[in-house]
Parts: sequence; structure tokens; C-alpha cells
Amino acid sequence: MSPAPAPARKLRVATTSLAGCFGCHMSFLDIDEHLFELVELVEFDRSPLTDIKDVGPCDIGLIEGGVCNAENVHVLREFRRHCKTLIALGACAVNGGLPAQRNHLPLSECLREVYQFRPGLENGQIPNDPELPLPLDRVRPIHEVVRVDYFLPGCPPSGPAIWKFLTDLIAGRTPRLAGGLLHYD
Amino acid sequence: MSALPATPTAALDGVLQRHGHYPTELLQILIEAQDLEGWLPAPTLTHIAQSLHIPRSRVEGVAGFYSFLYTQPVGRYRVLFSDNITDRMLGNAELMDALCRKLWIEPGKLSEDGLVSIATTSCTGLCDQGPGMLVNGRAIGQLTHRRINEIAEMIRQQRPLELWPAEYFQIGDNIRRKDSLLNLDMKPGAALAAVIELGREGWLQEVQKSNLRGRGGAGFATAVKWASARNASGEPKIIVCNADEGEPGTFKDRVLLNSYADLIFEGMTLAAWAVGASEGFLYLRGEYRYLLPQLEAVLARRREAGLLGRNILHEPCFDFDIRIHLGAGAYVCGEETALIESLEGKRGTPRIRPPFPVTKGYLGRPTVVNNVETLAKTCLIALGGGEAFAASGTAQSAGTKLLSISGDCAAPGIYEYPFGVPIARILEDCGASDTQAVQVGGAAGVCLAGYEFQRRIAYEDVPTAGAFMIFDGSRDLFDVARAFVHFFAHESCGFCTPCRVGTSLLQGFMDKLADGHGAKADLADIDWLDRLLKNASHCGLGSAAPNPVIDTLQKFRPAYERRLVSLDFEPAFDLDAALAEARQLTARDDPGAHLHTHEEEEK
Amino acid sequence: MTKQFLLDGQPVPFEDGQTILEAARKAGHYIPSLCWHQDFPPHGSCKLCIVKAAGRHVSACATPAKEGWEVESNTPEMNGERRGLLQMLFVEGNHFCPSCEKSGNCELQALGYEYEMLTPRFRHFFPERPVDASHPDMLLDFNRCIFCELCVRASRDVDGKSVFALTGRGIHKHLTVNAESGRLADTNFSKDDLAARICPVGVILPKGRGFAVPIGERTFDTETIRSKTLKEEES
Ligand SMILES: Cc1cc2nc3c(=O)[nH]c(=O)nc-3n(C[C@H](O)[C@H](O)[C@H](O)COP(=O)(O)O)c2cc1C
Ligand code: SF4
Ligand code: SF4
Ligand code: SF4
Ligand code: FES
Ligand code: FES
Repeated sequence: MSPAPAPARKLRVATTSLAGCFGCHMSFLDIDEHLFELVELVEFDRSPLTDIKDVGPCDIGLIEGGVCNAENVHVLREFRRHCKTLIALGACAVNGGLPAQRNHLPLSECLREVYQFRPGLENGQIPNDPELPLPLDRVRPIHEVVRVDYFLPGCPPSGPAIWKFLTDLIAGRTPRLAGGLLHYD
Repeated sequence: MSALPATPTAALDGVLQRHGHYPTELLQILIEAQDLEGWLPAPTLTHIAQSLHIPRSRVEGVAGFYSFLYTQPVGRYRVLFSDNITDRMLGNAELMDALCRKLWIEPGKLSEDGLVSIATTSCTGLCDQGPGMLVNGRAIGQLTHRRINEIAEMIRQQRPLELWPAEYFQIGDNIRRKDSLLNLDMKPGAALAAVIELGREGWLQEVQKSNLRGRGGAGFATAVKWASARNASGEPKIIVCNADEGEPGTFKDRVLLNSYADLIFEGMTLAAWAVGASEGFLYLRGEYRYLLPQLEAVLARRREAGLLGRNILHEPCFDFDIRIHLGAGAYVCGEETALIESLEGKRGTPRIRPPFPVTKGYLGRPTVVNNVETLAKTCLIALGGGEAFAASGTAQSAGTKLLSISGDCAAPGIYEYPFGVPIARILEDCGASDTQAVQVGGAAGVCLAGYEFQRRIAYEDVPTAGAFMIFDGSRDLFDVARAFVHFFAHESCGFCTPCRVGTSLLQGFMDKLADGHGAKADLADIDWLDRLLKNASHCGLGSAAPNPVIDTLQKFRPAYERRLVSLDFEPAFDLDAALAEARQLTARDDPGAHLHTHEEEEK
Repeated sequence: MTKQFLLDGQPVPFEDGQTILEAARKAGHYIPSLCWHQDFPPHGSCKLCIVKAAGRHVSACATPAKEGWEVESNTPEMNGERRGLLQMLFVEGNHFCPSCEKSGNCELQALGYEYEMLTPRFRHFFPERPVDASHPDMLLDFNRCIFCELCVRASRDVDGKSVFALTGRGIHKHLTVNAESGRLADTNFSKDDLAARICPVGVILPKGRGFAVPIGERTFDTETIRSKTLKEEES
């Protein structure tokens, strides 16, 4: 893959994981030696690579995972507000992924199953701690909650796919995944 | 295999017997089988399949297709409120609500005692006397709160339908303007005698001279259609009268069927003479089932008079008879190839064309499908000659057209005009004032704004199958378009991807706007969907489905824009409502247990 | 002299009665399809084969070719419409490829790759379609049905069983089986039926086969649907 021409200034990138398995982030780290190239081209805002807690103004936001609870909605909206370009990273962000397979069950059944009927959880209660984010009735892909600019499917997308996508973006090319880089699984 | 209770089996076997155990009669059998218990329990389907020696899956496929066939229990009183936009404008929602409250049930649900179920249905063709409803298939018009009260009471008392006041079931013709067709007072058989005189060839030439074009929507030249069927190989040839009249706002065929049935049946026989056909079907929409007994009576009379059957009017080799097939709530069955599938006892899925019905139609035989009005008009040609017929109307649109006028006007009903009549003239005649828009040709037609009222009804200008719905200044054209989008989504047969999914997506966008979640981006998505539906759909239903949206977005765009809550993006669902279930399960109501539905409020 | 039409500017010869799709593929040009199968008459439902012939949109699989026609197929406009149709098929069902056995061998997915569908774009319908695991050898996961009716046609016209049929209408249309119980186990379906092998997506699946071939080595991991289709045409 050809290295991207350097942009005029370093682009600021933030990433987060909503209802995802962190697999996409792992895959992101999987771009290996390119990671060094990448830090030459971009600087990180909120991401697993930094301690920044709240996302600030950014050029690019990468979202892993679908929207499963109120907290996810807040974080996603924060990202949308702060990122000029927002990317759905991975199957869960793109179409809800595995977590969305609970969507045909009523929420009450899911919660009761988890908290009340599991062996060893006699008299289990559905937690009502205000600190805990409430779950939405259905898990949603992120494009059903905010406007999303680009989509990078895959569970997870491969390191090379992520690298291709990012280098395209950084170089100012409309990102394109074709020829073996595009996968839904 | 589960056993059936004894009585229904005997009755069911009677039904099967009457239909000769022909699989082509499957839809008719299902309709009559349903009369026995009000719905179609699984063992009934199994029994029918076994008796007809066809796979059960096929029976289930057909039973699941038609809106008026039920594979789940429905009420002993099955109330369906007609839900055309004209019914909505006359307050059908409020009336339905009132009836539901009086009978303690929710729309779409069955009451616990199995007494009653209430739901909506597509336009029942009572737009001139709405709001309308069907109770166990019987049409009732002119609903008012008073009528609703009485109906609730009679249902509660379980009074049999036959003992309901007769005036409930009186459906008037409301003929307001007559021209050549509606003024025709023909002695049954007179047109037939005239064409037998002309000979088959001579008669076809007469039809050719008349420039008669189809009144069912597409405007195809009738003589060309007949000649193609005549020249096609395959026997016996078939004449089908399309009395499905499902286009919202259209009810002119209802009036012809009610008061001019002889003209229709004679027209079918005239077609048979030209084509050399020996079998005829009238495909009657389920909503008009109440007309069946009187239509059968007309057929019986005609048989007795030698106008149907063998050697019609003593003409050797002129054999033709007509059977009436019922539909069961499926607009798509008005499309001629879906209609033929339905006649064959199948799901009403449009076929691939070519081959066209004129070469391969019913059971692969050459088949002519014509609209009710088209066929009735051929009597005029038989009696007065082709040239006389062609002399009225315009050069490309010969003769007259029946319009079904409804909506905001003083005198809704049937108006017959020579082609070429301007919209403005019609509006004046029916007493419409402050007219904002007219929907001509039904949901699939065009929406005309005030600046277009000088345009004329004609194939070359504003074509129409007959619907003419008027909206005055108090109406919101977005609501009109949305009602039509709901109609198409409900009626899509589901065969092809663009229409099956596209009409549902389009409905989703219209509802999103209506529910206060609209964003500018949605208008672009709507445009895009409109185009895909138009381009990629398999039949005319899907390709016409976006018409009301395309027209109103162009001519009444502010009706959409004023509903937008964001110029950028909005989710289609209410985020706070999506937390409601979790709130209830955790008994929480703290601020953290809520989300602002619109993001702006959060900032 | 043989007749011909122009496909994206290139001459394609055809014989009378041949469809646009058949003639094109024979001449080595790819037009996509999902519901079409060489052993059955055209179905015309998926519309993936949509082309513009003489300015009009038609299904290439169901439209007989005509002398002199100019047909547009591999253009941004037509491919955009195909992508839109694919997006529709994805949102109306429940397609979670990572947990689907068919992944990598699925024609719907392969077409998603071919037409660079990066997002299902629309609101997901998340329909409720319970799985039928009653049969000893085969599993039915209705969540992924695209209503191509290949199983219906194969079972009816080849296997002579009519195990499958469609019922319902519009967006509520769904697959059903030939048993009062609605269970596949109560039909005479067999894993050796043609209908057991013909589903282009992941609905009708053999049990216990699972993820026999690892991800990355499956049909469309190594070859595009375009090249596979054209190769099969040659042989
Ligand atoms: C979705 C759809 C519904 C239709 N409904 C009707 C109908 O109710 N009555 C009718 O006469 N034609 C209807 N048509 C048109 C028929 O397909 C056919 O063109 C017509 O019956 C031919 O008769 P004509 O030549 O006498 O007009 C419909 C077409 C479509 C696509
Ligand atoms: S366009 Fe609609 S009604 Fe027509 S075949 Fe397709 S799904 Fe059925
Ligand atoms: S059927 Fe195909 S598209 Fe659907 S989930 Fe399985 S692999 Fe993915
Ligand atoms: S189960 Fe498979 S083969 Fe059958 S209709 Fe559905 S997608 Fe087609
Ligand atoms: S977390 Fe990456 S696909 Fe699910
Ligand atoms: S392949 Fe032609 S419509 Fe499906």
C-alpha cells in the first residue's frame, strides 16, 4: 500500500467503542508497523491510546459497536458534534452486529433472563442504580442515531482494510474498499 | 392429521363438490369455506389440499395472500373501516375509535369472547357516500356517530346482519351527469344482433374505426387487443372483465355493475364474437360481493333469453358463457396478469411479460382482459357504429369517460363527460370551491395543483381510470400523499425487491415526517427511493407507488418542509421512548433514565 | 447473419428467444443475478439483473434480446440501483454475516462485495422470524430469506414435493413449509433434495456441517462472484 502524502497539518483522530467487543480496536492495532506511520500523520484525541476522557474537536471519529444504551447515545452524539468525519467501524457499528440479535426478544425477557432466572441468581433483581445506563429497547446501528459519513464493515475489518481506509481519508481520497478488503464477516 | 368437526366437514365437502374439486377454483373455495366458520383454521386448509390433490403449502400460500382471507380467528362480526383518504377526510378514524371504545376492543385485535374484530381496509369504493365500512363483507356507507352507536348496539345484541336496517346497506348510484353511455337504454341482445349481422370481421373493423381505448388505465387500443387474441393460437379463448376496481377513489364500475350489468355482459359477448372466445369471467372485487346475487340473476336471465350459452341468438358456432369469480381484498389483482393468476386460483402475483395475456393468458390460452367500462362502451359502437363513436371526445381520445368524483365538493358521484373536458369545468359542475388540488386517476394517478386546472381529461393530457378526488384549501397535501403511500405498502404483492421493501421504506419516511422526526436528509432519501421504485419495479403498482410523493414534493413542497425538525439528520425513532421499557423494568425516572429525543435540546 | 445488440457499447450476438442475460454471459459479459438459475425459467423478482434497454429499465434475466438494442448495464447508474436493491434485501431481513454459516459462500454477500455496498443505509426492519430446527438433517433460518423461490421451484418442479411455498403478502411475505404443523420435520423433505442445495443465501442449511471450511478460504473469499459466474459460463 502506498504511504499517504502528508496532510498540511496533523489530523486529529478519536476512537471509541460502544456496544462492541473491542475486536475492531484490536484490529486497528493490528495495522502493526503502519501504526508508526500513522502517528506521523495524525494525533489522537480520545482513544485507547490516550487518557483523554471527553472527545474534543476532531477531524476523524471512529466508532466501534452499535448503540445499545443511553450512555452509547450520549457518547455517539458527542463524537458526532466534535468530529468532522464520522466513521462506523466494524459490523456492530454498521448494522448492530451480534448484539442486535437480541432485537427480536422483548427487552424484559433479556433482562430477566440475565438477572433473574440465571442459576445461582435466585431473587436476582434487575439493577436500578441511576449510575447505570438504561438499555434501549433495540440495539441500533449507529447510522440510525446520528449521521454517519463513512462505513467500514467487517467483524472485525482487517488491519489492511483499516489502513487502506485511513490512508485514503488522510490523503483526501474518498475511501474505497474493494478487491478482497471488503468483508462482512 | 387433525380431525375436523363433523358439520364443517360436510359443509366444506359441499363447497368442494360445487366447485368440481378444480384447483383453479381454489380462491373461490377458500372464500366460501371461510363463510362456514368466519375464518380458515389450519385443518380446513389441510382438508382442502387433500380433496383437491394439491400441496398444502400451495393452499396456505393462497390463503395468506388475500386480505379478506383469515388464517387466524376474527370476530363473528368483522368490521373493516374503509381507509381511503376521502374516508379519512370524513373522519373515519374518529368513528373507528368510537366503535372500538363502545365495544371495548382495540383495533386489529379480536375481542375475548370472539364476538367482534375491528380494523381498516383499503378503499371500498364508497367514496361518494363515505365514510364506508364492510361488516362481514357487506358494504355500509354514510357512517355517522349515530350509525356507529346503533351498530355497536346491534353487535352487542348479536343481531344477525339480515336483521339490520335495510337502509344501511343501500348503496346509491349518485349519477350526476349522463352522456351517451349512461343515457343508453338498450334492450338486452340488441347490440349482439347488430354485430352478428356485421360478421366477426366486420365487427372488429367497426371497433377499429371507433378508436376505442381501454378505460382501465393504460389506454390500450381495444381493437388491437381483440385482434391479437383472435389471431393467437390456442383454444378456448377467454374474455375477462376486470371488475376489480381497486384504485382508491374509483367507483364508476360499481355503478355500472349495479345498474348497467346488461351492458357489461353484452360487451363481453361482443368481445367474444370478435375474438372467437367461448369462456368469460367477470372478476369481481371482494368489496363488491354484495352485488353478486343480482349479477348472477342477470346472467341467468341472459342465458334464458339465449344471449349466453350455446348458439347465441341462434347463431351456429357462437358459444359463450360467463362465470363470476370473486376477489378477496388485493388491489394488485386489478393488474391483468395478477388477475389471471388469481383466476387460476393462485396468489395474485404479476407475471413476466411477454408473453402477454392476448397470446398466453388464463391457463396459457389467448385471453382478453378489459375494464368494465371499456366493455360496456362497445355496446355503443355496436349500435351506433364506430364512426359515430369516434366523433365525440378528442382526436386521440374517442368517446366519453366516467368519472368518480369525491372529496371536497357539493355533489360527489358519477359524471360522464366527453373526453377533452377541462378540470376547471368539472370542478364547477360538482360544486367544488377553494380547490387546492385534484388527484386524478387515483393513488397511482397525478396530483394537479391550481395552475393546472385548465388541463383536460384525455389520454394525451390527463389520463385517468376514473378517480377524481378533490382537496380544498383546508387540506394538507402531505397527509394525502402519506395516505396513498400507506395504501401501496399495504397492497404491494411482495414479489419484487424494490416494491416489497421500497414501499415499506417510503412509508417509514412519511411516518417519520408525520411523527415529528423529519430531517432534510430524508427528502433526499425519499427522492432516491422514488426513483428506484419507478425504475426497477416489476409491475405498475410499484412503479406508480411513488407518484403521489413525487407530485406533492414538487407542487406542495412546503407541506413537507414545515414538518422538518432538523436541517441535517434525525433518528427515525423516539430515543426517549426507546428507554421506556427499561424505565419500567427498573422503576427509574431520574434524569439519567431519559434521553432528549432531539439532539439540539441536549446542547 | 447473427443478430446482435450492444451491451455497454460492445456487440453481443444472440439467438432468437435468448434473454439479454443469457446472451451477455455467453459472450463473457457479467450481468448479476440472484433469483435466476440456468435450470429454471426466469423468475424476475430480485431485480439485481436490472439493465436499461433502449432507455427502459428491464430485468435482463426475463427480457428477450432484440436486434440493435443499446443496453446499459455496467454503468454507475445501474450499479447504484443494484446497490440500492442489495441494501433493501439486507435491511428487510436479519443478516448478521459474522454468525452466518453461509458467510463466504453466500451470493447476496458476494454481490454486496461486488457492488461495494459498505452500509445497509436504511432503517433495519429487524423482523421476527423464528428458526425451524425440527428436521434431523437440515436447519431453516428464515431470517435470511430473500424470496428468490429457488427452493420453492426446485422442490415443486424437480423434487416433486412442494415442500416450500411463500405465503403472506408484501413486506409480510414469508416462506412456509408443506405441513399443518408448520415444521419442516413433518414434511417429506430430505437432505438429498435439490431444494436442500439451491438456496443462494443462508436459509436452508445442513446441520452439523457448521463452519467446516474456515473463513478466508470460502468460495467468495478467494474469487469474486463476477469471475466465478463467468468461469462457470465457459465450462
Ligand atoms: C396495480 C394495478 C391495478 C389495476 N387495477 C385495475 C382495475 O381495478 N381495473 C381495471 O380495469 N384495470 C386495472 N388495471 C389495468 C389492467 O392491468 C389492464 O390494463 C386493464 O384491465 C385493461 O383493460 P382496458 O384495456 O379495457 O383498460 C390495473 C393495473 C395495475 C398495474
Ligand atoms: S411492483 Fe409491487 S405489486 Fe408489482 S410485482 Fe413488484 S411487489 Fe408485486
Ligand atoms: S445469508 Fe449471506 S448476507 Fe445474509 S447473513 Fe448469511 S452470509 Fe450474510
Ligand atoms: S429459502 Fe433460500 S432459496 Fe428459498 S426463497 Fe428463501 S432465499 Fe430463496
Ligand atoms: S466490535 Fe467490531 S464488529 Fe463487533
Ligand atoms: S436475476 Fe433477474 S430479477 Fe432476479
